[in-house]
Amino acid sequence: MQSRSGSMLYLAGRALGVLFIALALTGTALAQQKNPIKIGFSMALTGALAGAGKGALIAMEIWRDDVNKKGGLLGRPVEFVYYDDATQPAKVPAIYSKLLDVDKVDLVVSSYGTNEIAPAMPIVMRKKLVFPSLFGLAVNDEFKYNRYFQIMPAGPDPKLDWSRGFFQLALEQKPRPQTVAIVAADAEFALNAAAGAHRNAVGMDLKIVYNKTYPPATTDFTPIVRAIQATNPDIVFIASYPPDSVGMVKAANEVGLKAKMFGGSMVGLQFAAIQKNLGPLLNGIVNYDFWVPEATLNFPGVKEFLAKYQEAAKGKGVDPYGHYLPPFAYAYLEILGQSVEATKGMDQAKLAAYMHKTTFSTVVGKVKFGKNGEWEKSRMLQVQFRDVQPDNLEQFAGPGKRVVIYPKEWKSGELVYPYKK
Amino acid sequence: MKISPFWITVAVIVVAGLVFTGSTTNEYYFNAAYVILQAMMMAVAWNILGGYTGYVNFGTAGFFAVGAYTSIALDKAWDLPLPVLIFAGGAVCALIGLGVGYLTLRLKGVYFAIATLAMAIVFETLINNWSYVGGAKGAYILTPEKHLWFGSYIEMLFMVMLLLTIACVAISRKLNSSRLGRGLAAIRDDEVAAECAGVPTLRLKLISTTLMGAMMGAAGAPYPFFVTYVDPQSAFNLFVAVNAIAMPMIGGTSHWLGPVIGALLVGTMQEVITVTVSSELNVLIVGIMLVVFITLAPQGIVGLVQKYRLKRTP
Amino acid sequence: MFSLDLLANAVTAGILLGGFYAAVAIGLAIAFGQLDIVNIAHPAFVIAGSYVAYILNARFGLDPVLVGVMVAPVFFAAGAVIYRIYYAAFERTGQESLSGLAFFFGMMFIIEVVLILVYGVDYRLVSADYIGMTIQLGYVGIPLRMLVPFGVAVALTVGVYLYLSRTFMGRAILAVAQDRLALQLMGADPVRVKQFAFGLAIATAAIAGSLLIIIGPVEPSVGRQYIGRVFAIVVLGGMGSIPGMFVAALLLGIVESLVATFMGPSWAPAVAFGVLLLTLALRPSGLFGRA
Repeated sequence: MQSRSGSMLYLAGRALGVLFIALALTGTALAQQKNPIKIGFSMALTGALAGAGKGALIAMEIWRDDVNKKGGLLGRPVEFVYYDDATQPAKVPAIYSKLLDVDKVDLVVSSYGTNEIAPAMPIVMRKKLVFPSLFGLAVNDEFKYNRYFQIMPAGPDPKLDWSRGFFQLALEQKPRPQTVAIVAADAEFALNAAAGAHRNAVGMDLKIVYNKTYPPATTDFTPIVRAIQATNPDIVFIASYPPDSVGMVKAANEVGLKAKMFGGSMVGLQFAAIQKNLGPLLNGIVNYDFWVPEATLNFPGVKEFLAKYQEAAKGKGVDPYGHYLPPFAYAYLEILGQSVEATKGMDQAKLAAYMHKTTFSTVVGKVKFGKNGEWEKSRMLQVQFRDVQPDNLEQFAGPGKRVVIYPKEWKSGELVYPYKK
Repeated sequence: MKISPFWITVAVIVVAGLVFTGSTTNEYYFNAAYVILQAMMMAVAWNILGGYTGYVNFGTAGFFAVGAYTSIALDKAWDLPLPVLIFAGGAVCALIGLGVGYLTLRLKGVYFAIATLAMAIVFETLINNWSYVGGAKGAYILTPEKHLWFGSYIEMLFMVMLLLTIACVAISRKLNSSRLGRGLAAIRDDEVAAECAGVPTLRLKLISTTLMGAMMGAAGAPYPFFVTYVDPQSAFNLFVAVNAIAMPMIGGTSHWLGPVIGALLVGTMQEVITVTVSSELNVLIVGIMLVVFITLAPQGIVGLVQKYRLKRTP
Repeated sequence: MFSLDLLANAVTAGILLGGFYAAVAIGLAIAFGQLDIVNIAHPAFVIAGSYVAYILNARFGLDPVLVGVMVAPVFFAAGAVIYRIYYAAFERTGQESLSGLAFFFGMMFIIEVVLILVYGVDYRLVSADYIGMTIQLGYVGIPLRMLVPFGVAVALTVGVYLYLSRTFMGRAILAVAQDRLALQLMGADPVRVKQFAFGLAIATAAIAGSLLIIIGPVEPSVGRQYIGRVFAIVVLGGMGSIPGMFVAALLLGIVESLVATFMGPSWAPAVAFGVLLLTLALRPSGLFGRA
């Protein structure tokens, strides 16, 4: 028994050695070249957030190609070093420490989503790196890092700003709505949005008649919608993810929900495939968005970018139009690139200072960051779906179907209230 | 008393670990090693109940997550030091393990497995609704300032995990060759016969499940400090459960080295793939590896080696 | 906030949902309940079925259920082949349960990744004329989006049950679950029989998949949500009992629906699986199983 387990140990020891060497070799095998500027990040290319992650990557690659066509940054070509974090937070620390310590990237940007951004924060904070981030709700509220920059246009107080527009619109209507039902998926972003909605509603003296959450794996939303119906709310605020958003809209239609305003924070209603499938069921819904093809949002460069994206996205199994995340994925790299050129280098302190004080011009318009790295002024749009025809994807490529009704400077139409269902 | 080769190897590994943390500032290896060590602890723990005793635990994610959330709850309440949190996580899950042990009285085989799965889902729902630890919104655990003499916090976490894993492997090894282990093997092979032969099956099963629970809880307790943001969906995730079962199966379930080898092989491969191939192929390779290995080597790597050596002996 | 019409609607919604769950679980009831094959990849096969329904619905406008039925024979053949591999690797050598589990875990990942590689990760939906219509019976509303899957599920369950109890092959399947040696002595080849049964199980996945995508959007990792539910349903109903599985599925649907309506949806999984735990504690053989 002794000798057998002894030689087993020997075998195991050798195996251990081989495996550690394999790991080390992988690290050193990626030898570094001096010339290109390397930007490193992890991205969700598989798992739950992969649809958005892949779209973001396509947009980022377009930026890289655009910059390299013009001669690169500081005269040097730009290269990406990225790895798939599979929407698993546990993978993120290893990926970022590899990017920084082994691949020796010059600049880092974040992955997509709070779950994937947060694990990287301690690492970038320790190395005092500028960290442009892609769509995480109020991550910096916890860390209070002064080199964090969030491209999502939520605003200086993200959790409240998220739904403020929705409720402000409600208050302007006559007769003034009295009651609100709040329902959210049991997951990070939705709960934060719902909590903000709750505070907004209380602050505006609305009576909250329903305030519950549901597990993300719910199949049928009919019971939930009926329970909401039973409380007879004037306003229904929903914070949901794509499959739930579809389920809620369909169930609301089947049950004949008689609210005066419906929507709020439903992720998924911005995605082409879902818009096409829901069709006229969307009419009247007021929901958040970041960019829609309305005349008031025709920023310089955005149409050209979207054309390039839509070409590149063909056959990749991602959203064909790319209105939601891709323009912002392009914009935050624009900001990084412009800052590198302006400060003529990659000194992280100088970059951070420049990014804090400058108003940037990007494909999503003018961007200015506040002290906490969020947008100084919120640009959460509230859009209302109008005149949506059944089974027609092309109608969403242009204006008129998602009318911007808030904030005032980007308005392209008036709210229809109560929304008829 | 002769010191066995095992303890010599352990001493070498510990010293190597310390030297490693002192010499290099490249944190990538520590992050990667942490994940592999965590997987190894889970595999070793699972194997005590699954491989030695023959009861398949489908709810491993539940134990791991409860360990992590015990850590979060206590950290929020009293800001306790890491060793206390690990002990607490282990203790809570040991109690749960004890409860699961009593479950085996009524349920055998696949019914037991389904019951553990149901249990994990119940725990997940409870934590989803427990707002003190953030509920479904998740909890942020900021990296603490203190990290003893180590260069950075991750180096300390790595060392802690290394010591914990060695402790688990040592316990598992002791169990394998002891009277206790033989009793467990008897239960695995034929529980009724074992009971008739005088093996105290209930007591042994309780020891088995409690040990498994304690190890899994201890593996989960440092996790919030590693990943900074924890929410139920990622803590109770499928990959933790799959790895905890796949690694011992690939390595070999009847020997204490099985889960160790399995974790090293599969864990390292997963880490290497993450930073080389990336993309969907990552998951595909894990799946193919699992299928190929299980089909060609049902007894695991240990089984292959044993067969090979049997052929060699005249 | 308790009212009779809310209750009636909740129960109805639960029944419709439960019927759908039964369609997803029936394949596992055959594979796991009767053949003891721990096919944890069954929900992944269901998702594969959803994608086939999506493709043919998007390209040719065919009704999803029709697609499911048309494609079932292909899935049957696939199931038969997979069983052959499984048998050669595990059953013949007597390694089943644990190794079989790992084998199907691997299969689950492979199926998921192949779907991602081929179709991408965007959500897929289907359109059919009846999606969106509601039948109103008094104060109970029945959406066709849920009624059609329920109807198909009932037909599927009844069909499988009759097949198993009336035809020779069906009886052989029931027999091989109970006593393999006796079956061999009766002149039937148990391996062939099991192969047929497993093929049948995977064929039901094709139909269940088409029902799933009628109810809601699908993307490759959606199958993982159903693993717990289907195993719970099969065990709750009693291994080997098709009617038991159906009753258990209805029970699960009704419990989820009632909790979602009256308590708070976030507690639904705990209640559903709590019921399962209770059943296992009090009557481990399930509702209709042979004790």
